[in-house]
Amino acid sequence: MEVDQLQRSFVEYSRLLFHEGFLDGQFSQLQLLQDESNPDFVLEVVSLFFEDSERLLNDLTIALDQQNVEFKKIDAHVHQLKGSSSSIGAQRVKNVCIAFRNLCDEQNAEGCLRCLQQVKQEYLLVKTKLEALLRERHDKRVVHDLNCGFIFQLEQQIVAAGGAIPMLNEFC
Amino acid sequence: MVPWFYLAGKMVIGSSKKVVAEQIEEVRRICALVVDDDPLVRRIHGMLLARYGLEIEAAENGQEAVDLFLSGKTFDLVLMDMEMPIMDGLQHDSRGNCSGLEAEKEAFMATGLDACWVKPLNAEAVISVLDELAKKLL
Repeated sequence: MEVDQLQRSFVEYSRLLFHEGFLDGQFSQLQLLQDESNPDFVLEVVSLFFEDSERLLNDLTIALDQQNVEFKKIDAHVHQLKGSSSSIGAQRVKNVCIAFRNLCDEQNAEGCLRCLQQVKQEYLLVKTKLEALLRERHDKRVVHDLNCGFIFQLEQQIVAAGGAIPMLNEFC
Repeated sequence: MVPWFYLAGKMVIGSSKKVVAEQIEEVRRICALVVDDDPLVRRIHGMLLARYGLEIEAAENGQEAVDLFLSGKTFDLVLMDMEMPIMDGLQHDSRGNCSGLEAEKEAFMATGLDACWVKPLNAEAVISVLDELAKKLL
């Protein structure tokens, strides 16, 4: 029962993130790539996205704080961030990056600073939501694993007592 | 997923490796090189291509890719990011006179590429790439 409830809330929360534009179809593609041989693939790539983004946002902050702003350098960082965010399906971050690159082309320092604040905000929002989503998924797996562990113990007890294990259609 | 096999100049799509192996002497998987400075992109694209039975190698930049070729490795498919800090796909800043994505793609294709895709690749794009590759290899 508990697993079912967790599964439902996981699906509902995912739908909300897509509906609000935080994630797009690319995230679904990543979920499809996850399987038994790579059970933590989504977690792995999301973690890489967090590492990438935090490094790039830090580099952008430093670059825009310089007296002589190097727009080509800033554009290169934003290009990377756009690539990472679109690879993970972080749609709103990607969209801000597109606008950011246009401002780099125009060499608009003030506009770039505004965009930097905006992209930081969008990144923090999607990070919070992805962490919550992955926590739901992890909780679902922990409950599933706990149920399987408990059933395995029961099976051992049944066999030790000389009994036959009944066929089950649920749980593991 | 149906694995792709490249053998002795012909591509065979085998429904199972065992069935294909009984019919031919040598089976080799298609080898792909993923070149991107972003580890996230390398991981995702590598995983996506591996799902279609490809053997994957990765390089962080164009120079590493060139070094792999010089070491004697061969690849059936190279996926390369067009903008990288160290030796990118065009070895120069390609955004000079282009305006708009289509114009940019045309400029890239004019340098001799077989295909140009906007990242990230999805399953549909991979199938399209492999279909094109099959036409060239057969």
